[in-house]
Amino acid sequence: MSLWSLALTLAFVAAAMLLSVWRRLGLEKDMVIAAVRATVQLLLIGYVLKFIFHVDHAALTAAMVLVMSCVAADNASRRGNGLAGRFCRVWLAIAASEIATQGFLLAAHVVPSKPAYIIPISGMIIGNAMVASALFLNRLRAEAQARRDEMLVLLSLGATPIQASGAVVKAAVKSSMIPTIDSTKTMGLVQLPGMMTGQILAGADPIQAVRYQLLIVFALMASAAITTLVLGFLTYPRLFNEYHQPAV
Amino acid sequence: MDVHRRIVVDGRDRHLLRGVNGSVTPGRVVTLVGPSGAGKSTLLSLCNLLQTPDEGAVFVWGWEVRQWPVRELRRRVGLVMQQPVMLPGTVADNLAAAARLHAEAEPDNRGLLRLVGLPAELLARPAGALSGGEKQRIALLRTLANRPEILLLDEATSALDRESAAVVEELVLRRVRDEGLTVLWVTHDLALARRVGDETWLVVDGRVVEQRPTAAFFDDPQSEWARRLVRGHLAPAEGGEGT
Repeated sequence: MSLWSLALTLAFVAAAMLLSVWRRLGLEKDMVIAAVRATVQLLLIGYVLKFIFHVDHAALTAAMVLVMSCVAADNASRRGNGLAGRFCRVWLAIAASEIATQGFLLAAHVVPSKPAYIIPISGMIIGNAMVASALFLNRLRAEAQARRDEMLVLLSLGATPIQASGAVVKAAVKSSMIPTIDSTKTMGLVQLPGMMTGQILAGADPIQAVRYQLLIVFALMASAAITTLVLGFLTYPRLFNEYHQPAV
Repeated sequence: MDVHRRIVVDGRDRHLLRGVNGSVTPGRVVTLVGPSGAGKSTLLSLCNLLQTPDEGAVFVWGWEVRQWPVRELRRRVGLVMQQPVMLPGTVADNLAAAARLHAEAEPDNRGLLRLVGLPAELLARPAGALSGGEKQRIALLRTLANRPEILLLDEATSALDRESAAVVEELVLRRVRDEGLTVLWVTHDLALARRVGDETWLVVDGRVVEQRPTAAFFDDPQSEWARRLVRGHLAPAEGGEGT
């Protein structure tokens, strides 16, 4: 795509702004900021990726994945107000899913060990793990509050925190996995996934693009499951204080 | 025990208990009476560490509750809550809950139901579908199945008819006689408090204002609060700030 063609797409932003002015939504300023931020961020990451792909060094690739996982953990951990030490726990859960899924893909030689493959696939895995983590933390609090009486009964019978919070964590894991499972069920029917669309637009064979997309879809399902289960295991103790009393 | 318990509500300190002081002799039944919200339920929760005092200490068999292994304490000091919350699953699941938590053999569920006059057919029913009175009896049996040595009862017969309440009363008193069970029994039913209690404590506004042998408490109340309670002149919501 030429720069001229790209510049033409700014017409979409202008159209959105005109609609905002017409309906007096007051969103014009936010739209300009969003468009500028997206352009700067994407151009910047484009040059960073070009440099990393060119250097092709494992340390640089690992550093890039580390930065992505830290940003994702920071973003997701904002959802768990009241749970101390969220960032580290979310980062560990995201890292566990990235290591397990990406590690498997590399070890089985499903994808080449090249930054051009590792970084985009990691981005999708980490992004999905971030959404699953945020949903999990949000749901965990709500479930713990809704099932507080049930937890008190179990605690009063001598349950350990893991026994008392078992149903709460299970419900939070299930609801945080639903978006991933639902989007997998409707894939190809409701939406053409981003990566596949990108490959097709870039001229790749659609069948080859579908194969890569299926690889990602299956990896994302495993990633959501690993992230939420690890996060559940790491966060359930925070629902209780030292005397095994509900703390949320 | 000698405890204070307060919570912060709307930025203000609200005292649930203020300097409650007392001791219970093993194998005896203490009935706790007083207006709603006086702090009776909080007092029970302190005994099995579902709440902790802000000041003071609660001793169980000579050990402060915070020094006990929590599971061991809660197993030996059983609590039947005011609201009979059922765990998900059937009645049988509820009765077996304690055994499953402690990885032990499940109790004789039919025998347990017989103790409170409930039919064995109830075992397969979803616990959430029971009536209030049935739930209350299942909640009691669920705690008794854990074989506690101290039993904390919070309005445990409030939803029962007279006949069912008498069966529960007899069951608890039999455990007291035969097994030396110690009971702290919160109730608004003064006749029940008089029937089952060896000692009665009157809790008003977070304080124990009178604690005496039950017969003496009802026959010759010493404090103005106790006299008003015995004469039926103490309104249920009067003198209550805690829960």
